[in-house]
Amino acid sequence: MKRGTLPVLVGALVLVAAPFLMPSYYITLANYIGLASIVSLGLVLITGIGGLTSFGQAAFVGIGAYASAYLTTVHGVSPWLTLPIGLALTAVVTLLLGLITLRLSGHYLPIGTIAWSISLFYVFANLEGLGGYNGISGLPPLSIGGRELNSGRDFYFLIWILVFATLVTVHNLLDSRPGRAVRSLRGGGVMAESFGVNTARVKMAIFLYAGLLAALSGWLYAHFVRFVNPTPFGFGASIEYLFMAVVGGASSIWGGIVGAVILTMLKQWLQDLMPRLLGRTGQFEIIVFGILMVLLFQYARQGVVPLVARRFLKRRRVSVPEQAAALDARPQPDRGELLLEVRAARKAFGGLVAVDDVSFELMAGEILGLIGPNGAGKSTMFNLITGVLPSSGGQILFRGERIDIRMSREIVSRGVARTFQHVHLRPAMSVIENVAIGAHLRTRTGFVSAALRMDRKEEARLLFEARRQLERVGLGGHLHDAAGSLPLGQQRLLEIARALAADPVLLLLDEPAAGLRYQEKQALAELLKKLKAESMTVLLVEHDMDFVMGLVDRLVVMDFGRKIAGGLPREVQNDPVVVEAYLGGVE
Amino acid sequence: MNGQIALLLIQDGIVNGAIYALLALAIVLVFAVTRVLFVPQGEFVTFGALSLAAFQLGRTPGIVWLLGGSALVVTIVEVISALRARRASRIPRIVGFYVAIPAVIIGLTIWLAPKNPPLLAQIALSIALVVPLGPITYRLVFQPLANASVLVLLIVSVAVHFALQGFGLVFFGAEGFRVAPFSEARWELGAITVTGQTLWVLGASVALMVLLLLFFERTLLGKALRATAVNRVGARLVGISASAAGTLAFTVAALIGAVSGVLIIALTTLYYDSGFLIGLKGFVGSVVGAVVSYPLAVVGALLVGLFESFGSFWHSAYKEAIVFSLLIPVLLWRSLRSFHMEEEEEEE
Repeated sequence: MKRGTLPVLVGALVLVAAPFLMPSYYITLANYIGLASIVSLGLVLITGIGGLTSFGQAAFVGIGAYASAYLTTVHGVSPWLTLPIGLALTAVVTLLLGLITLRLSGHYLPIGTIAWSISLFYVFANLEGLGGYNGISGLPPLSIGGRELNSGRDFYFLIWILVFATLVTVHNLLDSRPGRAVRSLRGGGVMAESFGVNTARVKMAIFLYAGLLAALSGWLYAHFVRFVNPTPFGFGASIEYLFMAVVGGASSIWGGIVGAVILTMLKQWLQDLMPRLLGRTGQFEIIVFGILMVLLFQYARQGVVPLVARRFLKRRRVSVPEQAAALDARPQPDRGELLLEVRAARKAFGGLVAVDDVSFELMAGEILGLIGPNGAGKSTMFNLITGVLPSSGGQILFRGERIDIRMSREIVSRGVARTFQHVHLRPAMSVIENVAIGAHLRTRTGFVSAALRMDRKEEARLLFEARRQLERVGLGGHLHDAAGSLPLGQQRLLEIARALAADPVLLLLDEPAAGLRYQEKQALAELLKKLKAESMTVLLVEHDMDFVMGLVDRLVVMDFGRKIAGGLPREVQNDPVVVEAYLGGVE
Repeated sequence: MNGQIALLLIQDGIVNGAIYALLALAIVLVFAVTRVLFVPQGEFVTFGALSLAAFQLGRTPGIVWLLGGSALVVTIVEVISALRARRASRIPRIVGFYVAIPAVIIGLTIWLAPKNPPLLAQIALSIALVVPLGPITYRLVFQPLANASVLVLLIVSVAVHFALQGFGLVFFGAEGFRVAPFSEARWELGAITVTGQTLWVLGASVALMVLLLLFFERTLLGKALRATAVNRVGARLVGISASAAGTLAFTVAALIGAVSGVLIIALTTLYYDSGFLIGLKGFVGSVVGAVVSYPLAVVGALLVGLFESFGSFWHSAYKEAIVFSLLIPVLLWRSLRSFHMEEEEEEE
């Protein structure tokens, strides 16, 4: 039996036995917890892991609930048909909202969802046919195979089976190709885009999934309570769902459920206690919730589950296959083929011309050094080639095709992979998972097949490839370490492994030696020599002249945005213009 | 609709819009200086308004307890942190700021409330009761989170809204209040009637905006705030304390909120939870200017006011839905204009 299986089995047994042992009050409470868990699991996915925040999940719950309430009571539609209708409606709304807000910087989505949830509340409360503030009552019960689910216990099983299914799909998703894309969203998305992740689509996908989960919960709620009114779908309810995810620990899927348990029970308890303390009735629990949240963010921002888990649980390891079929690789170009052609590239920031009509060429199998003192425009040049910045003039061609008009993820799909000067790793993810992001474009698994675990064959090939690249750069012994725990030198090697996992034709290295200690530099130089022997084409941007001298075939020297010299290392080294740029001229 | 009704709606919209504009300015200010999207701005409005209503009824506004309690907590926190930093010399200042000032305000309130003081004193005290809550909120909630991401600050800000609204219910109860207008004067201007209260609102809003402008353009403190808004680290390097700037921004925000409150409660009935929607309308206005531009925020807020008054004429039940759907085209417009401007989210 695998370690960790026993507690899960015991937990499952307790969950199954519970409704036969608990009084019905607690069964009802457990049902509410389950309903809330489904919503807060969606929030864990978007907020804790994807870095998006929605203040409008309760409104999606409302769509699911109202769609079913209206159709079953007014038009006599079967509840099993209203579920897909409610989900479809929710999908339309989430996609529209996402389209409008997801392209904007972080805080617009939450603001948009606040407005949306308040608007929808008033629509529910005022739309004719939805019963106004009194709501709709007399919903039919669900029935499965002719058996009506009338009791709380019947519903308990349905709800918790769905909670379990939600948990499994979210868990599967996170441990997969699209899941790694989701986990790489935080940190700005530049890294994810430069390995071919369409971050806007990924954000949309998780926002949609969270919305659908909320609508599912709403549908269940409607037929469990068999009555709907606007109150449980208002802004306050949305906040409570968000609090659940945050209190439980939004970075862990268990956090979604633990948070739902804590907040649902706490709310019950406070609703009993507070009026007695204050001698009046009212929604006083919101005071405690508010203060609790503030304290939580000040003292335990990660929430309850990570706090506990850090002490008692070991990091889960990704299982890396010993052997698997290799991923398809692209044909490498013939030695000497013209790969990269930069023609009078130009970049101006307002009046400052950072790259001033720079031209150079790069042949297959060659290592070209792009050097220059600090502020020479090397990194800007690098960003033009990788599509991070739009150019202001000139052309950049890769194998005869213009790439300066392409986005990062289109450029990497053509075989140009890069590293970052300021390492862009997901520090909490393991080394091998970080490298696996590099092979994103060489694999196809989508969200649905990942959630249903139909991706294992491809996943094995992908992880095997990641392992191969890590062994290639000499990090074979660190597969399962957290990327953030490695020293800088190894993080740089990790970045190279990730770029290699993209199966590049051209490797772009942005100041890989910056900030490294002597021995780390030597290890890096060894790796570059090895890659050169394997006839990898490399563009190396560096300011450390000593480091590049023994490695490169040719050099291009930049200063103040202009190309001031180019040629063989020895020639360049003795060029008086270069010496002046590096050491300053004699007046 | 005829021209006269349209004029009436426009007048209504501009009066409400002026209030929203004030709130939008406060929201932009707080965001620029502290990166906090301050959702509870509306609670300062209700606190100020309902305190005035309590004075009018000869009652002591319940908010004195909130002020007293939170001032006590912040004093304890500040004294402990001063002692930990071995800077006991700071304690007299802390006591002056967080004990003496609130104590004077609370004392005056409890003493004067039953005596039915003149309106001006009531207004002054209502505002004075709310203003210290600004810096106290900043010190207790946001200063310890100064390095958190915008998203975290936003969630916390919603949490503060929750708590403050709950306190509003405890201290003011669930019933609604409205006070008599400051002035009963009315003028016939062609087809429409202009009331004295309208002029009060517009006059006070414009005056406050001019004061803010002078403050930012002409005073050292105002310039320090602007510097912090432009670049926090840079401002710190030239000796502007980020937390002092934050305290000041929240003080100004609370002042603006309270003033808006005493102006608006003569126009409409307010409940303990009305502030939220009022504040959010200021928010919608500020989003028009991407929460960074003061003039655009004012324009946006006036638009919100007009939208609301026409919306309530056409379909009063959907008034709020109409106002908040205004945000959708605004966001769409911003989204079409924006180029990739991702915020680097820090690691947990």
